[in-house]
Amino acid sequence: MTARIEVRIQTEDFDLSAEVSALLAGLSDTGAVVTFSGLCRSEDGALAALELEHYPGMAETEIRRIADEAAARWPVTALCAIHRVGRIAPGENIVLVIASSTHRQAAFDAAAFLMDFLKSRAPFWKKEHLRDGSEGGWVDAKESDEEALRRWS
Amino acid sequence: MKLIYFAWVRERVGKAEEELDLPAEVRTVRDLLVWLKGQGDGYEAALEHPEAIRVAINQEHSRHDEPLAGAREIALFPPMTGG
Repeated sequence: MTARIEVRIQTEDFDLSAEVSALLAGLSDTGAVVTFSGLCRSEDGALAALELEHYPGMAETEIRRIADEAAARWPVTALCAIHRVGRIAPGENIVLVIASSTHRQAAFDAAAFLMDFLKSRAPFWKKEHLRDGSEGGWVDAKESDEEALRRWS
Repeated sequence: MKLIYFAWVRERVGKAEEELDLPAEVRTVRDLLVWLKGQGDGYEAALEHPEAIRVAINQEHSRHDEPLAGAREIALFPPMTGG
């Protein structure tokens, strides 16, 4: 069975429950849904906002490629990734990943795989804006994110 | 050749994209990074550590030893920090 795959990049917020309902509409063999939401932290109150930049075109293509790979590895019924761009305040959503399958393990694994690769392979960059008005600079990539990929190889 | 820059590479170069005529001896991604670094202060600052720069050819991730042949659009950017 071919998995339903939905990838979106948008400035506006998303509603987790509405996205799950829309993604799963008519998929009656789905018995498990895993969702992951990534939120903007306040960094102990120092952060005013994150600014998310992306490479239009490649960002969508790359996330879809990762989702296709996840769908080839696990028997999922649907996969969804929504990534916001632009200015995002602490407490707001940044990213949503949804994975559904007949039984739970495939949904857990596919969601983690999609999220791990999205972080290090999809062309997005975060810049910090601090509450004192200064630019906090670009967020550095973490070695722990690269390590997270190795468990899938 | 169309070159596109993102995040701090864009800020240091001082522009988001440009059309450049590459010399014939620039054949690989690594050649491009080394040549571009010598094109002025902004490029020098952006490409101070060329090995850290990620490159996409025609919107696909590329290794530094890959040839530029067939490239229409080359993007240079820092390691990604999405999610």
